[in-house]
Amino acid sequence: MPLEKPKNTILESQVKKSIFRVGIPNTDRKRVLIVLGNVFLHLHPTKVRTSGVKLRFTWCAGGLAFFLFLVLTLTGVLLMFYYRPTVDLAYPDMVDLREQVPFGIMREMHRWGAHAMVIVVMLHMFRVFMTGSYKPPREFNWVIGVLLLVLTFLLSFTGYLLPWDQLAIWAITVGSNMAKATPFLGAGGPGAEFLQIGGVPLIHPGDDARFLLIGAKELGGITLNRFYVLHCIFIPLAAAVLMAVHFWRIRKDGGISGPM
Amino acid sequence: MSETLKHIVNYFSAPEWSFTIFSVLFIWALFQRWIWTRQGVIIAMVAISVALGWALQDANFRVTLLKPDNAPIFLMIYLFSFFLWMAMLQAHNNDRRMEQRLPPEEKETSDQKTWVWPDLVYIELLCMILCTVALVVWSITVRAPLEEPANPANTPNPSKAPWYFLGLQELLVYFDPWFAGVVLPSIIVLGLMAIPYIDVNPKGSGYYCFKERRLAILTFLIGFFVMWDFLIPIGTILRGPGWNVFGPFEEWSSHKVVALTNVNLSEYVWVKAFYPLGQAIGWEWLAQGLPATDGSLSLANITRVFKKEFAGILILAFYFCVLPGLLARGWLKDFCERLGFARYSVAIFLFLTMATVPMKMYLRWLVNLKYIVDTPWIKF
Ligand code: HEM
Repeated sequence: MPLEKPKNTILESQVKKSIFRVGIPNTDRKRVLIVLGNVFLHLHPTKVRTSGVKLRFTWCAGGLAFFLFLVLTLTGVLLMFYYRPTVDLAYPDMVDLREQVPFGIMREMHRWGAHAMVIVVMLHMFRVFMTGSYKPPREFNWVIGVLLLVLTFLLSFTGYLLPWDQLAIWAITVGSNMAKATPFLGAGGPGAEFLQIGGVPLIHPGDDARFLLIGAKELGGITLNRFYVLHCIFIPLAAAVLMAVHFWRIRKDGGISGPM
Repeated sequence: MSETLKHIVNYFSAPEWSFTIFSVLFIWALFQRWIWTRQGVIIAMVAISVALGWALQDANFRVTLLKPDNAPIFLMIYLFSFFLWMAMLQAHNNDRRMEQRLPPEEKETSDQKTWVWPDLVYIELLCMILCTVALVVWSITVRAPLEEPANPANTPNPSKAPWYFLGLQELLVYFDPWFAGVVLPSIIVLGLMAIPYIDVNPKGSGYYCFKERRLAILTFLIGFFVMWDFLIPIGTILRGPGWNVFGPFEEWSSHKVVALTNVNLSEYVWVKAFYPLGQAIGWEWLAQGLPATDGSLSLANITRVFKKEFAGILILAFYFCVLPGLLARGWLKDFCERLGFARYSVAIFLFLTMATVPMKMYLRWLVNLKYIVDTPWIKF
């Protein structure tokens, strides 16, 4: 081949080698090295069970859940450059994003991606159940997975408030009103009225579970701030840590499950 | 013709009908091998599309569909139907193989290994590209919703939670918020986490199957598809102003008034049963009607509350405390022995709690039951 020489010059160059260490992965040894030498690829083992690679087995649902998480992180960071989480500015910033950015689809990517992630994570759980992959030795990874499912819902839920439009505040009102009904810990919940000292209630709208969630007695600026921090920092970090554990455990539990 | 059909659909989409029809069909279908075939999925996908396409001709349905954030529900319907098929096809296929004493299909390649580079990495790359393309196309064609600026003084009717919580919100019709909004979701999460520790069946690990794990799969699928997923479109499409039921082709009118005729169990007992009975046999104590109670914590009042609610309290006590024991000796004897005491207790509590959901729904639909136990402090 006429291009063989320039191709090899590039692929075997010092720059390429300094980045990827291995040249063209044309031998088994190099295939191993390329996976081991790459921080992203080495989430994988170098070889996997053939039955577990099949699309019809995993539907790639877990992988896509992770990919969507990455897409959401990226688009979310881009949105953070423009969005200011205050009662006065949040909505106008949304309008600006919608009207001032030619061909802007970051908000769309972020919102539809978030919905897609909720769906895909539920699908992944369904697949893991149907293949019985929660059975020993993978019990604990299923538990981690359930936590990830909860975090996925919470991520989506906290993000829902940020546009600060009617859809946002009323959806969050409906959701956060539930906290009011928490047994013992919500001001309107069963049992709360018994928690009192000398007639002074311990649980009231100024300190109950709902107050903890929204930071005030009514939805307001502090709620927006609270949800923003939860949405952009706390929950993604927690989810990232749990995902690291999740992936680590997949390998420690013997890779993708398969029949004995 | 089309109008008649719409009326029929409107009528049967009322939750009492659609929930019943869906659950019966769903459970029946799981056992029908001939459904879970390639033709089956094609017919199902075409049927869903034709039904949706036909429904979209209707102006009222278009309004519902185009409400902000309703698009994901339709994506969910397609994806979940498709992957239910994907799972059941392989499950029945493996069942058939195991009936012929063959190992499950996955076994044929499960002892071989595949290189991550390039095989798996390329599959992943392809999935990522397809996913990105789909997401970009979706983002270009459908704008993210943005409504009027937030206005705490203007409550929309109905106010709805994000779509994935609408199944839970739907349950608020049948339960109080402390249960549907707090305790039940917590039990769902804990129950999901408990699954690997309750399900001691060693079979069906790492491959699709149905026959070997019928109980586990049925329970999970009923929870997942019937009780969580099916209630989402009900809450989204059928619930309009005042959280009243509207058929998919019905206009959301805020003037619709539905008479609330729900009755507590205590009323059935004291007013509808004991009262006429007491009068008939001349026993005044029975004919006293509903005992009057208030919120105070005096012994006298608490006694009256217990008296008023004795039937419901007995029923719940029987259901959660006695029934598990009876089942452990009778019907579920083998199950209980396999699981041991601790596992059995957790499992049966989760089963029974899960079962309260459809039971309370049907009690509402059939006899307008409101609360089984209605005390000033807690209502169920
Ligand atoms: C953000 C959410 C999640 C991410 C990113 C994620 C990611 C993954 C990935 C990439 C895999 C490898 C196999 C595959 O793709 O199917 C996997 C496997 C697994 N996941 Fe998840 N997952 C998530 C949520 C869950 C949930 C909700 C559950 C269950 C309740 C779960 C339980 C498991 C288990 C038990 C395995 C091992 C499966 C096997 O060995 O066949 N995960 N997960």
